[in-house]
Amino acid sequence: MAKLSIVEAINLALRQEMKRDKSVLVLGEDVGVDGGVFRATEGLLKLFGKERVIDTPLSESGIIGTSIGLAIAGMKPVAEIQFDGFIYPGFDQLISHAARMRTRSRGAYSCPLVVRAPYAGGIKALEHHSESMEALYRHIPGLKVVIPSTPSDAKGLLISAIRDPDPVLFLEPKRLYRALREEVPEKEYLIPLGRSKIVQEGSDVTVVSYGASMHETKKALAELNEKFSIELIDVRTISPLDDETIITSVKKTGRCVIVHEGPRSCGLAAEIIARINEKALLSLKAPVVRVTGFDTVMPLAKLEWEYIPTVSRIKKAIFEVTAF
Amino acid sequence: MREECDAMPKKVIQKFEVKFLEILGENGTCDENIKPQISSKVLLEMYKWMFLGRVFDNKMFSLQRQGKLGTFAQTKGHEAVQIGAAFALKKEDWLVPYFREQLITLIRDVPMENILMYYTGDERGQQYQKGWNVLPVCIPVATQLLHAVGMAWAFKLKKKKNVVLAFCGDGATSEGDFHEALNFASVFKVPVVFLCQNNQYAISVPLKKQTASETLAQKAIAYGMSSLKIDGNDIFAVYKGVKEAVELARKGKGPSFLECLTYRVTDHTTSDDASRYRPIKEVKIWEARDPILRLRKYLEKKKLWNKKKEGILYQDVQKKVNTAVKKAENVSAPSFEDMFRYTYKEMTAELKEELDYLKKVKNDEK
Repeated sequence: MAKLSIVEAINLALRQEMKRDKSVLVLGEDVGVDGGVFRATEGLLKLFGKERVIDTPLSESGIIGTSIGLAIAGMKPVAEIQFDGFIYPGFDQLISHAARMRTRSRGAYSCPLVVRAPYAGGIKALEHHSESMEALYRHIPGLKVVIPSTPSDAKGLLISAIRDPDPVLFLEPKRLYRALREEVPEKEYLIPLGRSKIVQEGSDVTVVSYGASMHETKKALAELNEKFSIELIDVRTISPLDDETIITSVKKTGRCVIVHEGPRSCGLAAEIIARINEKALLSLKAPVVRVTGFDTVMPLAKLEWEYIPTVSRIKKAIFEVTAF
Repeated sequence: MREECDAMPKKVIQKFEVKFLEILGENGTCDENIKPQISSKVLLEMYKWMFLGRVFDNKMFSLQRQGKLGTFAQTKGHEAVQIGAAFALKKEDWLVPYFREQLITLIRDVPMENILMYYTGDERGQQYQKGWNVLPVCIPVATQLLHAVGMAWAFKLKKKKNVVLAFCGDGATSEGDFHEALNFASVFKVPVVFLCQNNQYAISVPLKKQTASETLAQKAIAYGMSSLKIDGNDIFAVYKGVKEAVELARKGKGPSFLECLTYRVTDHTTSDDASRYRPIKEVKIWEARDPILRLRKYLEKKKLWNKKKEGILYQDVQKKVNTAVKKAENVSAPSFEDMFRYTYKEMTAELKEELDYLKKVKNDEK
């Protein structure tokens, strides 16, 4: 089994799906000759030709809008948006059309497309290259939102996303693209959308995270595992959200910390806390604590690690809930 | 036009021209040598569809005023554009409308009762059958053009011969998606025809405030596609222009843009009051250029039509429209479960929970 990075695992998933299904095509800015600015689509042009690996004009609404038409007419477009900060010209197409076509036509038409975009900070990038705006998309009925945190999850989730009958936004934690490697099976496998993963079992406290923040969360846990028995859950799909796994865990531990990089207010943690209140309030031994980005504009390189939930902030939160 | 800033000689590297197509004059006369080949039988069919469109539109308007229908945009005055275009398409071609295309939608097999249902607020009206080849009504402006390009692109990739006809209005030409759509269409040379119903108003904003371009047709030239301005109240010109564009697309020669000049003789929608922003005098001028009247004059001159036939047609169309209204009125109300059913192909656990909650509340209310 080869040890792959997230970006290589994504590349492998695209390769395998394009080989399996001739209707799958990849389109976006610089995805062809250049192989994508993060090289996620490297080599695909040579393998599948320019009809299926398409360098488009610089036009996000164009990319997502035409993907909708392609999908309605039977293709399986996997569109790449270079950075999630540039998706907004195409946001209208996602919210007003991709996510609504099935409802609007009462099932007559659907948009089985995938939009891939790198998200989150930590790479010392320019402005608009580092935000974590996943909560915006969680609010769109009809759209699924997937955020992997490991190479093997990235592969299995992307294959599921491509085969899903509904539109999927696939957010890729860009600082993890090459930060970690793990063994990724060469053979095809699917990880179902809408299922969280229990990364590590424990009984003292439940820690919930996903995507970019999983990396710091795991580091924090590595430093605390001797002190506490910690259950770690990787949400993986924020829409639909598998709250069952979280609720079951919180009922067991009675304590919960939620970590995400997106802004604090109305972020995913707020929703998860609401569901814990609805379904497991009486099991709680301490108030749930969230470790998040702030309700500020994502700062540039020099301050980005003040914004991003750090190992020390995550550890502090775990101490707080366990000491309550 | 840009004024020259200095006397420095500059080489002309690009020139363009915009052509205008008109065939049928306002008084119903036309040069038979340039008139497209359309049999008398088909001409009468075209006329009957236009007539049906007008009667149906009037009926919808009266239903709206009686409170039986929600807000909608009238088709009145756009009959030549829509029927001329419809007759230039093949059955396998696709139509991507915006929200003023009730008439062309009808001719593409969407039943009148579906349209009525939709405008009473019942989305089941847009549950289109396979083979109708029509996308649902699109309320956001110009966004639908990209869907049309994507579909045409898929047909090209699949080596199919379907062409996509996409409608937009004059206001849409100011939206970013209009330009992204035209650009993609030309860059990827897909079989799409953009048909702009230039009715000269986007709600209250007249064309001269919408753009500083002399024509809308010239915008498409910049994207490298064939472009033509057409008298949109002249069904012969529309038919001819669309037919040529569709055939070009079908032969793999890429997209075209057609600016069909017409006039919105009605308010923008039934919620609008156009007397706030435009003189009635202007409306009267355009009412005299009515596209249906124009074709009728031609048919009468050709002895293909008369008052008696018109009377019979009116009775027949009234009956059809009234039957559709009855059908729409007799449709059972949608159930609240319907709201959840089509969000995803399979209902998610989250939605099931929300639906169960609503069921319980409804049950408790009983």
